[in-house]
Parts: sequence; C-alpha cells; structure tokens
Amino acid sequence: MTTTDYDHVLVEFDPIIGLETHIELGTQTKMFCGCSAEFGAEPNTHVCPVCLGLPGSMPAVNRAAVESTIRMGLALNCSIAPWSRFARKNYFYPDMPKNYQISQYDEPLCSDGYLDVTVMTPEGPQVFRVDIERVHMEEDTGKLTHAGGAGRIHGATHSLVDYNRAGVPLIEVVTKPVVGTGVLAPDVAKAYVAELRDLMRGLGVSDVRMEEGSLRCDVNVSLSRPGEEWGTRTETKNVNSLRSVERAVRSEMIRQAERLREGERIIQETRHFNEETSSTTSGRSKEQAEDYRYFPEPDLIPVAPSEDWIAELRATLPEIPSVRRARLQQAWGISDFDMASVVNAGALDLIEQTVNSGVDEQAARKWWMGEFSRIARDRGCELEELAVGPAQISEVESLIASGELTDKLARTVFEAVIAGEGTVAEIISERGLKVVSDDSLLIAAIDQALAEQPDVAEKITAGKIQAAGAIVGAVMKATQGQADAAKVRALLLTQLGVSE
Amino acid sequence: MSDIKPSVMDSDLTRQSAATLATAIARGEVTSEQVTAAHLDRIEQVDPIIHAFLHVDREQSLAKARAVDTAIAAGEISSPLAGVPIALKDLLATRGIPTTCGSRILEGWKPPYNATIVEKLEAAGVVFLGKTNMDEFAMGSSTEHSGYGPTRNPWDRERIPGGSGGGSAAAVASFETPLAIGTDTGGSIRQPAAVTGTVGVKPTYGGVSRYGIVALASSLDQAGPCARDVMDTALLHSVIAGYDPRDSTSINAPVPDVISAAKSADVRGMKIGVIKQLQGEGFQVGVLERFTQALDTLSALGAEIVEISCEHFQYALGAYYLILPSEASSNLARFDGMRFGIREGDNGQNSVEQVMSATRERGFGAEVKRRIMLGTYALSSGYYDAYYGQAQKIRTLITRDFEQAFASVDVLVSPTAPTTAFKIGEKLDNPLAMYLNDIATIPVNLAGNCAMSLPIGLAPEDGLPVGLQIIAPAMADDRLYRVGSALEAALVDQWGGLLIQEVPAL
Amino acid sequence: MSTLDREQVMHLGRLARLELSEEEVVHYTEQLDQILGAIASISEVAAESIPPTSHPIPMTNVFRDDIPIAGLDRNEVAAGAPAWEDNRFLVPRILDDPA
Ligand SMILES: [Mg+2]
Ligand SMILES: [Zn+2]
Repeated sequence: MTTTDYDHVLVEFDPIIGLETHIELGTQTKMFCGCSAEFGAEPNTHVCPVCLGLPGSMPAVNRAAVESTIRMGLALNCSIAPWSRFARKNYFYPDMPKNYQISQYDEPLCSDGYLDVTVMTPEGPQVFRVDIERVHMEEDTGKLTHAGGAGRIHGATHSLVDYNRAGVPLIEVVTKPVVGTGVLAPDVAKAYVAELRDLMRGLGVSDVRMEEGSLRCDVNVSLSRPGEEWGTRTETKNVNSLRSVERAVRSEMIRQAERLREGERIIQETRHFNEETSSTTSGRSKEQAEDYRYFPEPDLIPVAPSEDWIAELRATLPEIPSVRRARLQQAWGISDFDMASVVNAGALDLIEQTVNSGVDEQAARKWWMGEFSRIARDRGCELEELAVGPAQISEVESLIASGELTDKLARTVFEAVIAGEGTVAEIISERGLKVVSDDSLLIAAIDQALAEQPDVAEKITAGKIQAAGAIVGAVMKATQGQADAAKVRALLLTQLGVSE
Repeated sequence: MSDIKPSVMDSDLTRQSAATLATAIARGEVTSEQVTAAHLDRIEQVDPIIHAFLHVDREQSLAKARAVDTAIAAGEISSPLAGVPIALKDLLATRGIPTTCGSRILEGWKPPYNATIVEKLEAAGVVFLGKTNMDEFAMGSSTEHSGYGPTRNPWDRERIPGGSGGGSAAAVASFETPLAIGTDTGGSIRQPAAVTGTVGVKPTYGGVSRYGIVALASSLDQAGPCARDVMDTALLHSVIAGYDPRDSTSINAPVPDVISAAKSADVRGMKIGVIKQLQGEGFQVGVLERFTQALDTLSALGAEIVEISCEHFQYALGAYYLILPSEASSNLARFDGMRFGIREGDNGQNSVEQVMSATRERGFGAEVKRRIMLGTYALSSGYYDAYYGQAQKIRTLITRDFEQAFASVDVLVSPTAPTTAFKIGEKLDNPLAMYLNDIATIPVNLAGNCAMSLPIGLAPEDGLPVGLQIIAPAMADDRLYRVGSALEAALVDQWGGLLIQEVPAL
Repeated sequence: MSTLDREQVMHLGRLARLELSEEEVVHYTEQLDQILGAIASISEVAAESIPPTSHPIPMTNVFRDDIPIAGLDRNEVAAGAPAWEDNRFLVPRILDDPA
C-alpha cells in the first residue's frame, strides 16, 4: 500500500482504535503455583500438577503478581477495586492444560484509568490521552510447536506442547475506544504500547522482553464516516512488536476503507497479522465465536485489597514517565521536538543508560538517533533489539576520544558488532581497524598520491589549496579510511611547503 | 492391660474398631502387618461379592505396614491411628497408585503426586489397603454409575450401597476396612453411611484440604471420614483436618476438638432443631419411625427438641442441580486425552478437536455426560443469570435459613436419606428420582456447614439401616460428635452393640 | 425458563467436546428438558436484592509467597502422557485458531 492509499482513508473515515495488551509479569514463580516463571528452560521442566492441570490440583494466588497488577493500575491512574474475583474462561485448546483459563471477567482488579502518550507530528509533538477500561490478572498458556507443514499450524501433522509458560502471570490492559486520532491512529497505537512497556519497566513489574513474546497486543479497529455511528470493528490478534502494532492498525484501516467504499460490510471477526506482508487475514467470525461460559473461579477466593495495602503499594511507585521525561530533557538541554523524537524512537531508556555509563549526551543521542535508528529501520526491528548497548558505545567513544578510532571507523565497528561478528575489541583487532597514526606511513601514502596525480600537486603548490581534498581522499582510500583526515591534510601541506 | 492382648489377637481383627486396633498396635500386642494382612484376607474373601475396591496391592500394603511397624517401634510416629489400615475413595490422587475416579477415561492413570490428606494419613502411619469404587466422578447416589461395575450393599446384595462413596461405605460395613475416606458434594459420605449402617461425616467446607481430590463441584466438595462408630470417625477426622496453603478455600483456624466431643457423650441442655421441611412427604414410613424414636431417645438423654422451619430448602435441589453441573462441566474439561488418561480416535488424521470429543464421548459414562451438558447449558451466555446466577442467590437464602436456625438451636436433625437402600437398577433410568435421594443432605453442602450420619436402627418394613443426620454450624464440627456419641451410647445400650454387628454374614 | 431443542443439544455437545451419537442427542434433549423443568421452581424466588453466594465460607486475600518450589520430574510427567515426543506432549493436528 502506498501512502496515498492511506491518506485517502482519512478523507472519508475516522478511525476508532482499541487495544488489549497482555504482558507477562516478571515474578519469580507462576500465577497459581510455585513453578519457576523463568524463560528459556528445557521443555516441560517448569511444571507441576497445578500448571499441568492434573486432576485434583488447585491454584494458589501469587501475592507478587497481585501487587504488580495493583501497582500497574495505580500508575495507570486506575481505581483499585475493593473487592475483585477471578473467573474461569472456558474453551478447549491444547495449549491450555485445564481447558479453561483463570482470568478476571466482570470484577477486574483495576479499572477506569488513563495513559498520556506523545506522538510526533509535522507541527510538533502532540499528546493523546488513552483511557484505560481495565487492568486484570490472568495466566499464560503453554507453547505449541507444529510438526510438519513447515512449522505452521495449517498443514501440520501434529503438534507438540511445552507447558513451561503455562500459568506464567499475565496482566491484561484494555483501553476504552480511542477516538479523534485521525491520521495518527497507527502512531498513537504504537506510542501507547511503547509507553505501556516503559511504564512496566519503570515499575520493575516486568522487563518486557518483546523478542521472547512477553508482550502481545490485540488491536481493534473500526471506521466511521464523520457524524455517523461507529462501524463494525475487527480484532487483530497477537501483534507482538511496536512496529507491527503500527502497521496492523494502518493496514486494517486501509482494508476496511476499501471494503466500505465498495459498498461491502465489515464483518465482526478476529484477524491475524502477517509480519511478512504487513497485512491482516480473516480468522474466527462472531458467529463462530466461542461461548466462554465465564463464572467465578470456585477454587479461589476474592481479592479485597485494603486501603492500607493500596497506600503501601502507591508509596513504592517510581517517578512517572512524563515527569522523568521533563527532567531528562532539561538535563540534556534539548528541544521539545528532539525529546519527542527520542521518545518516539524508543530511545529514551537507551540514551539515559548510555549517558549513565559515562558517554556525553550528544554522542549518546547521535548514535541512537542516527546510525542505530537507520540500522533498526532497515532491519524492521526496535532499537533495543539491536545487539549493541551502552557498554559498547562507552568503549568506542573512549577510543575516539583517545584518537584511536575515527567516527567513520567507529561506524564500521558498530555495524560489525550488530551483525554479531564479535566484541568491539575483537572486531578492531581482527580487521586491524586502527587510526593510522604513524607519520612515515602517511607521508609515504601522500607521496604516492602526489606521484599519481602530478596535476593536482601542481595546483596545490600554485596556491589552490582547495585541491588538497583529492589527495586527502586518495590517502584515506589507500589507508582504508583508517587515517585521521585532518592530520593527512596537515601533513600534505607541510610536505608541499604550503600554508593555509 | 495384659488381658487385652489375648482378646485382640484371639478375636477377628477385622471386627475391631480402629481405636482398639491402634491401641493394641501401640502396645505391641499386634503388629500393623498382622492387622493389615487380616483386612487384605477379608477383602480377598468378600470383595468378589461386594466389589467395594477398584484397586488393591497386597504386597505394597504389607510393605507399608512393616515400615510403619518399624517406625512405631522406633518411636517415630505418634498418632491415634498409627498402623491402622484405611481405604481411600478413588477420587484421591495417590502417587504411583492407580486413580480412576470410577471413570474409564482415567483407566491406568497413576498420578505423579499425593493429595494433601493422603500425605497427612501417611504421616500419621495409616496404611492404605486400596482405592474404593464410586459413581463416576462422584456423580450419583448409588455407585451404579461407576465405569467399573456397581458395588453391593452388604445388608442386601441386590441393593445399592449409596453413592457416590458406596465403595468406601460398603468396605467399612463389610469389615474389609475399619476406616475409609469419602467425599461429599451433596451427600456422598452421609447417604452411603445411612444405607449401610455406618457413620460418616461431611466436615465444614474448608475444614479438610481439597488439594489432590479430583474436583466435582469445587464450591461444594468436601472430604471426610467413614467408620463404624463415632469415636473412630472422630479420630480419622482429627488426622485429616486442618489448614492447607495449597487449598485457598481451606480455613486457617484450629480444628474443632472432635475427639473430646466424641468422648463427651452428653447432650444435656442442648437444643436440637427438627427441620420441618425434611420429613413427611417422600420419606419412607420406617425411616420416619426410626427418626421419631431417635428424637425420643435424645429427649430422654436431656436434650430439648424443637421444630425449625427452613423455608428455602424446597429450592435446594434445584439450586444444587444447577451449581453442581456448572462447576463440574468446567472441572471435567481437562479430561481430554491430551496430558493424561486414555486417548481415543487418534488415527494420525483426526484433528485435536475430534480426538478430544471421541475421548470424552467414550471415556465418560451417561450420567457424567448428562451433567456436563446441563452445566454447559446453565453457564451459557443468555442463561447464566436465570440458572447459575439464580442458583447462587438461592444458596444465600439457604445459608440464611441455617443462620436463623442456629440462632436458636445448637444442632439440626433430619433423616439422612428419604428411603433405605433401593434395589440396583431401580432408579438408573430416572435421574430425577435418583436426585431426590439427596434432598436432605444437599442444603448442608450449599451452605458449607458440617453434618454427620449416624445409624439409628433398621426400618421395620425392610430390615434395612436408617441414618440420622445431625447438622451443625460451620466450624462447630465438635457438636456433631457430642450429639452423635451420646445417641450412639444410648443405642448401643438398647441394642447390646453397634447396629453394624447385625449385618448378615457374607 | 426456556426449554431445550435438538439443535441446542447438538451445540452443547460441540461446546463440551462430546461426540454425541444420534441416540444420545434424542435422549439428552428429552432428559435435560425434564430436569430443567423439575428445577424451574428456583425462578419463582424473587431474589433481585439477594447477593449471590459463590463460596460458602466468606474469606478474602489468601496469597502464596513468590518463592519457587521444585516441580515434577519430567520422566514422571512423560510416563502419564498419552503421547510424548521430543520432551513434549504430542497432540493431534490443530485446525482451530486459538481463542
Ligand atoms: Mg485475556
Ligand atoms: Zn506449576
């Protein structure tokens, strides 16, 4: 789809979006049993009768998960319910050991909050308030691996189940319908999820490792003509990165607009997001929708947080993101626009950490917002997913300061680091990436270049100093960029006996 | 005390009470191995007729008994039941021991863990004889709904032993074991006790851990003791009761002193309420006759008898048959042939949905499927409020009836079951008639109170046992034993022994 | 209260993952209807203002500390599984999307 297609949507329609985000909490143990919630263990080694759903087993609620949820609710400006219950959501699926999920239904722990998110526009940063409907607790499912059919569910001959993730605590954050975002709907969706992620990290309730699938988003989109009733919405399931959230909203807006324009109706259904094509495909329709037969979980008793407990948890909340952003912006002395760009790029934490590791603010911002952002864009990934971080930047920056690397060499080093070719030190030594500082080597290279371009040599000697660039370029080329260009120029002029 | 030694050893060990056996074992007059062997012999002899057991492992039981003997000799176990054998309802998860819940769907399954009460019994040196038969997943009042064939009532082999815990009650009544564990969701301990002339208690909800007991209806289920007299019942109750952090619905409070209460045998000054709604229509004449006599006895013992009306009990059965199937339909969803138990229809082509459906279709019996369907319906969107929601409100009203009653009386009484044991097959095709068996026991489960069934004689018209139900408020389980022990003592005086001694020889 | 028809019974069978035979569909349609009729009296009770009881003994806030404990031995888990491959439970092919 071209941008023209997208812009065209907005001529006729207003988008309404809604997001349901599931995030795994970073507790030591699972939601309802003492099994380790650690990621990446050997299959079916973090399991017990409870999380395998064996007959007779019973759930017991993890206090830390409840506290994390309450803290998240408070940070999202929600009311904390004085009385809240777990409910069973009944449906059969082989990744769910009990064939019901313990979740919350009509009595969530937190409700009615909001989150302000900032989006970059050509006119400058713009703040949107996303209203939060509810925040509740539930348990994750196991992991399916499909055998045959190229690892996909369709065409597979059978599937294998690892229940290590079954029962890991999740919080689900559901927004109210977000209206009035217009053309910015995809950006608002993305900024919201990024803000949610940062909030959870800031609270220390989860480190939100998106590459491990610990954040999953369901994206609701509908279109309406101005002044008319809201259209039928679709729900695109399991959109698992910031970039995909943005693209899912965008592609679903375009798809719906095309259908509506052709006089067709939007079907209420769930859809799947295809990462490769950036488009959504049809899933389960409302007619086929499961009847989840929710009812209060009889194996558990209500959660009724006292005011004292809530106050205690409120006291543990760290600086809220907007206050922190204002503080950092001032410390770094950057404009609103630059700050918004940093936030939008998801680079705030990374830059702060880089500055904290001793790199100056400008250099930190230059790397993250320049070279690294370009690489992330090319790769279609988030900055944090790049295999480079504050430690490497700090290492490289000190080599630049001591004259051992140039900016250009540093870029080469980072490219290799990100490509996984080794550590900074390994790459420098293996490729011999060092500034050529031996004058005799440089003078030899200058002599060679002068011999090859006698006409240029003459011009310089005749006073056309601007012609020196050609010789400097040749020397840089000969040293494979490992020389300091300013130094080469100075040596050249000395060699020819000219002064500026 | 040396006079006891010859008496116990000379007698048939299977005719002794658990208390007597425990004392004799503690004194070294007899070993747990001897006691266990005697009961295993008895099982071998009579179980082909009674079919109370689904699983017995003689060598394993004897090995366990020997280990307990060693531990007792070393002074490592001090419990009132050390060395005494027990039978476990097949609904309790027992590590490495087959656990079927009376269902074909679990055929051959050996749990990799133990129920909390199984651990408590092991720690108390109680020796497991085997697993007892039951209505499949505890759904039934006759044990005819077992996937492994019915259990027979030792009083009349053509009759049912009650249910769902008919296996446990029949095993106790036929002297195959002095003790058994049952579970009671709507009367499954008490009604079998009543129709087999034994004693059974449904403790207060939350009084005994449910962890490891395969759930039928989580908000109603409660495990409890089965025995032949009130003291044995109290001893077993005291061993299995108590707080368990693995069961979030378990009550974190001291266990009522049921042993002292069972010793007290004193009802003087107690006020006993007779529930108006649980007599009369639908109750067998002989049952009511024995019930009235028992009230007279209690009165003669110094209790004050008053009539109490519980207005909402008429709705209890309806509420129960919505709440139970609803919770059961969800609890039984995990039986899908994917992680444990049998799997049907997996030909490499069928989808997971087809295999799950085939496994459940063939693994579950008719009554289980009927209730799953009913519960699925009651929880469906559009029906929830009218069915499950309304049933939960009725539950509140029944709880209020009890609260009001206990404001003026110490305990309530009624016949445990409306009739004596009926014939095998008689009600099998009539689920509604079957459900009526639990009319007197169900209100207690809905409110979470505790109750006991105690034998009070034989119905004149059929010579079959009749049970009295004693109901106390939550966490006042000791009152059951106080009233039960007093009435039992008076009846033993009248009869010259326990009613169970009258059971025909097998 | 509404009564059950054949279509509903078949739908319930699918929801509950029971591959009902034709005979069972007929049987359950009749029996469930009977049972629902017999318990219909509960709707007579006007209970708008009555709070529901979902748990007989009122309690709140029972939690477990967030401390890991050892789970099951994988060999024991595998021993109970109907089908097992590559340290995982083997299940037949899945046609449905997850919910
Ligand atoms: Mg959810
Ligand atoms: Zn676990």
